[in-house]
Amino acid sequence: MPDTTGMLPPPSEDKRWRLVGATMRKNGYSPDALIETLHTAQESFGFLDDVTLRYVASALHVPLSRAYGVATFYHFFLLKPQGSHACVVCLGTACYIKGAKEILTAIEERYDVDTGDTTADGKLSLLTARCLGSCSLAPAAVFDTETLGKLTPDEVLGKLETLTAQQAPEKEAIA
Amino acid sequence: MTDLSRYTNDAQAERSLPRLHVCMAAGCVSLRSDAVQTALEKEVTRQGAKCHVKGVGCMGLCTAGPLVAVKPDGPLYQNVNPDAAAEIVASMTSHTSVRRLEYPSESAFFKRQVKIVLENSGEIDPEHIEDYLAVGGYQGLMHVLSELTPAQVVAEVSRSGLRGRGGAGYPTGLKWGTVAKAAGPKKYVICNADEGDPGAFMDRSVLESDPHRVLEGMAIGAYAVGADEGFIYVRAEYPLAVKRLQVAIRQAEKMNLLGTNIGGTTFSFRIKIRLGAGAFVCGEETALMASIEGKRGTPRPRPPFPAESGLWGCPTLINNVETYANVAPIMRRGAEWFASIGSDKSKGTKVFALAGSISNTGLIEIPMGMTLREIIFDVGGGIPGGKQFKAVQTGGPGGGCIPAQYLDTPVDYESLNKLGTYMGSGGMIVMDETSCMVDIARYFMEFSMSESCGKCTPCRVGTAQMYDLLNRITSGIAEPRDLELLEELCDVVKNTSLCGLGQGAPNPVLSTLRYFRTEYEDHIYNKHCAAGVCKMSSAVPEEVRS
Repeated sequence: MPDTTGMLPPPSEDKRWRLVGATMRKNGYSPDALIETLHTAQESFGFLDDVTLRYVASALHVPLSRAYGVATFYHFFLLKPQGSHACVVCLGTACYIKGAKEILTAIEERYDVDTGDTTADGKLSLLTARCLGSCSLAPAAVFDTETLGKLTPDEVLGKLETLTAQQAPEKEAIA
Repeated sequence: MTDLSRYTNDAQAERSLPRLHVCMAAGCVSLRSDAVQTALEKEVTRQGAKCHVKGVGCMGLCTAGPLVAVKPDGPLYQNVNPDAAAEIVASMTSHTSVRRLEYPSESAFFKRQVKIVLENSGEIDPEHIEDYLAVGGYQGLMHVLSELTPAQVVAEVSRSGLRGRGGAGYPTGLKWGTVAKAAGPKKYVICNADEGDPGAFMDRSVLESDPHRVLEGMAIGAYAVGADEGFIYVRAEYPLAVKRLQVAIRQAEKMNLLGTNIGGTTFSFRIKIRLGAGAFVCGEETALMASIEGKRGTPRPRPPFPAESGLWGCPTLINNVETYANVAPIMRRGAEWFASIGSDKSKGTKVFALAGSISNTGLIEIPMGMTLREIIFDVGGGIPGGKQFKAVQTGGPGGGCIPAQYLDTPVDYESLNKLGTYMGSGGMIVMDETSCMVDIARYFMEFSMSESCGKCTPCRVGTAQMYDLLNRITSGIAEPRDLELLEELCDVVKNTSLCGLGQGAPNPVLSTLRYFRTEYEDHIYNKHCAAGVCKMSSAVPEEVRS
């Protein structure tokens, strides 16, 4: 009997669903490919919404609870749309003892945003990293795709001022 | 058997020619070493200089990046910016050097290191398999496939005394032997590259600087245990490492060093990459395997160990990046050579990531048995800014802080365990008097609390309660009985948690209590933080008091 699993039509005409479909096809629509597929979906759409989770769950024949469970278990997966720019403050041990907390507080206060959230105008998402592995640059942070180090709160606020005035960067796929 | 020499002639010839190595590992790239490389290339063309510019892996001294090395025998330039390109290229032609950029060649940073795992880091282009072949790459694998039986490979690894570099130090040969003996038509080999400890970037650096070494180690492991499929589980937060692994796997497959009938033998082995998704607990082997299977990364009780029942229930060999990185040299140079390095029970070398309050932050590889004092004050260059050494943290969130009186402890698995910490994957964070040890304990507990997978109660609830108590202490609202409760909880969580995350979570508290108890008492009785880190509140908030 031909394998018809995963032949589910995508939720919309959006061409990005083809990328998601390609990952599932490459993995033979196996339930094991759930995390791989969610990675592709997030790369394509920027975050994972209900429509995506429902579609991926039924195409891979896993219960929706498992898809949702996986998406919420891993910190890397985002369930909310992100701002046009992102600032990721490293909270690794080396950065922590060199004042990463002060940087984070400065951004939270200046932009009235909590860690993990996006500003009301949708311009900036504030995120934290467990460790960027750039400990020689402590304290370090990533501004969109650029990693900068040996930062002070003032430098960070200045950098964010310039960053939020710019256009959103092109997304670069890694896998 | 594949004759590798036909690929290596060009790369070998190049090694005697004048060239400029530009560090292209993540640390230096963040400091715009890519712009330095472009500027140097432009200058070489403009000046018509007879030298080659080459992007290489990590040179270790991240603190002085971007780094440029003159090869074969020239100086190392530090803090190079693109403006210096013309001067550097001109000096190549005139056979002089740019003195103001030179890093002192007598520095203990390089002299005291012994490189096995990092022998090619900074020497070869990680995206060029020919470079790796030119320095003896894949010869270990070819030797194994043509001359040794799987049992002989296991015996050789056992004799070398290699132990797991992920931190626990389980004898690698013993593990390989168990998987080799396990029955089953299908076996797997996994490389754990889910380097999650904050302040640890050894594995990333190895993958970025010399990815083929890891592939070769995995292939030798697969031959030894009888596996034909492998996975590298790598953090999605390491995009450069992922990219270089992808390139390396493609190149190795093209040369038939991975794939079907490797080197014309009957041995076949394929490697796939699986991306992690930001869960620290996935560094635990059973959680990692659940994640490869597309599930939530929660650990399960052992036994059965992965060696008997691992990925999809099949016998599975799982080792850390650095462990695999040691395998090819052992096969190439022999178990006796490896066993002659290091200390009595801990053989070989260990890679450490030095960070925090230390002059030479970066990556080092030292023989096992070197003392903490030698590592921090000789190789690491001591504490900058006239500050005093206070403690060194090893082992990440499951490790501990070692105070000054134990600086002469040799670094090996047993000695560190005796001090209440452990080797861990190799992060070493140095702290001076401006760090508060209670605050550090609270920092790690916050980490363990939010990374707890929630499966077992002691870890899920215990870490949250301990964090709460530590928060009270660092806020100046704790009472003496809070300290008793904290100690009791440490004991319960350490002894009843399901996996290493929970079992290790109390260690930062226990070790700081052991060596810096007066700091805890100062916070509780005098509402005073000597380091000035904790903001003591005299007004006690309602919700904390209730």
